[in-house]
Amino acid sequence: MGIKILTEHINVPGIETLEVYRKHGGYRSVEKAIKTMTPDEVVEEVKTSGLRGRGGAGFPAGMKWSFLAKPEGVPRYLVCNADESEPGTFKDRVFMEKNPHALVEGMITSSYALGANTSYIYIRGELLFILRILEKAIAEAYAAGLLGKNILGSGYDLDLHVAPGGGAYICGEETALLESLEGKRGNPRNKPPFPAVKGLFQSPTVVNNVETIASVPWIVNNSGAEYAKIGIGRSTGTKLISASGNINRPGVYEIELGVPVEEFIYSDEYCGGIWKGKQLKAVVPGGSSVPILPANLIMKTAAGEDRLMTYESLSDGGFVSGSMLGSGAFIVFDEDQCIVRNTWNYARFYHHESCGQCSPCREGTGWMERVLHRIEHGHGHQQDIDLLVSVAKQIEGNTICPLGDAAAWPVASAIRHFREEFEWHIKHPQEAIAPGAVYRGQLAATTV
Amino acid sequence: MAETINAFKFSDKALAEIQRYISHYPEGRQKSALLPALHVAQAENNGWVSPEAMDAIAEILNIQPIEVYEVATFYTMFNLKPVGKHVLEVCRTGPCCLRGADQMIETFKQKLNIEEGETTADGMFTLKPVECLASCGTGPMLQVRETYYENLDSEEAVDQFLEMMRNKEVETPEWAK
Repeated sequence: MGIKILTEHINVPGIETLEVYRKHGGYRSVEKAIKTMTPDEVVEEVKTSGLRGRGGAGFPAGMKWSFLAKPEGVPRYLVCNADESEPGTFKDRVFMEKNPHALVEGMITSSYALGANTSYIYIRGELLFILRILEKAIAEAYAAGLLGKNILGSGYDLDLHVAPGGGAYICGEETALLESLEGKRGNPRNKPPFPAVKGLFQSPTVVNNVETIASVPWIVNNSGAEYAKIGIGRSTGTKLISASGNINRPGVYEIELGVPVEEFIYSDEYCGGIWKGKQLKAVVPGGSSVPILPANLIMKTAAGEDRLMTYESLSDGGFVSGSMLGSGAFIVFDEDQCIVRNTWNYARFYHHESCGQCSPCREGTGWMERVLHRIEHGHGHQQDIDLLVSVAKQIEGNTICPLGDAAAWPVASAIRHFREEFEWHIKHPQEAIAPGAVYRGQLAATTV
Repeated sequence: MAETINAFKFSDKALAEIQRYISHYPEGRQKSALLPALHVAQAENNGWVSPEAMDAIAEILNIQPIEVYEVATFYTMFNLKPVGKHVLEVCRTGPCCLRGADQMIETFKQKLNIEEGETTADGMFTLKPVECLASCGTGPMLQVRETYYENLDSEEAVDQFLEMMRNKEVETPEWAK
């Protein structure tokens, strides 16, 4: 049992109400920050904590905050990215649904640190039911004097609003999110200028993930140095992991960064092992965009060290033998899952979600989907595997936003680690298209 | 002026809801309320957004109709054609498929005798495949209006769900209550 920073009180009955939330120490960070600290002191604590962006990129949050431009007379904004759309990721949804005040508190304390007087939570449109929950919590906070004019008599003013999206994965990319928040199509912006200089309404803006913002109150209450003691190396603190796929106990788990992957998969505290007593085949450890790894490489690095749930350990070996922590969406595949089918499914997703702005992504994602579709359905050509590798390579790095990379990596990594399975589909189409057919030739070599 | 086929007028409650969103943004930035307004319009218009509804939004937000059309066509939640009473937005993305989403969708197709994107002859159900709904730990699942229905991992679960929905009225959004 590790320390619980985000989920300690998440199952307390009534925690979604201000009264119960306050009884469990809620909103202490607002009082402490506003009454006893300068905004810069709060930023310093977050820097010291080593907290990294929890949306997927893992960029140090305090550093991101310190880049915020502060021209005289221009408003600054904090925007919470609650557009959680990465396949496999559902931690923010569960967190906001159960403990909305924890996000509201984080928004107030963080807005104070950044000098924002209006802040927004942009939530994906499918989660309108959670928008209602957040709005209820916000109304309670206004009534208690924690939002609005002159918060707790300090002279600091803050308005907080929730804005819904309309169904578009791309709006999780921060500049597309800002476009959407302005009532436009979610086409990512060219950078620079970065949002820290020109973001929402052309004003300096910080965009942070739900979990990042929700981690700030603990840091303010306990100090950045205390937070930095949790975890390993540059992976400080705790992380919410969305565990899904063929495991006994799917769900959201808060872990101290550094838990061994093997423990995470097999311990009853977390995933509880592979369901139905089956064998583990592969894991996508950080959301659909990150490279898939076969069982042997998710358990141990190429150098034979135990793989840990940290930014560094999961990416050890680069893309040759490693992957990424990403958003912490841990998708587990048992021996009966077909990698080709799954890769086609992901390719279809990225094609569907490409905004169409950049040709390599707009054309390339559709191309990959079509090629994978024909391999999966028994019409693959000998040269298709190399074609996929080539298309993926030409998308990667050649687009305005990272969706291009996100579309390329799953395809490239599936072929890198499961090439035999693709070849089998092409060489034995009749066998491969039989219902429930799965290639097992590689299983023994990659099982631990 | 051509005769309007889908004449549309916002209710007072809907107008108040759109105004509430407009008030969240700085002066002159009322266009920011466009996505919320489209959600409101869809709820008011039997689950889809008609050209007339989009024109009404353009008028309220004081923007060009094309600015509404280009946004409504970008986001997948907005239905631009009439739909059934209950739109079953079934998740078809990878993590749900690991728990049987493909079978769930097949079962719906068989039970309702429709293909993806179609509406049943009685106008009760539209089957709309969608991408990941952030419910991967409780898949296979689907969404109807503002409610998630999870763990539909057997034929019995699908049967029970359909039976329940056949007797269910369309949800009233919070602002319309």
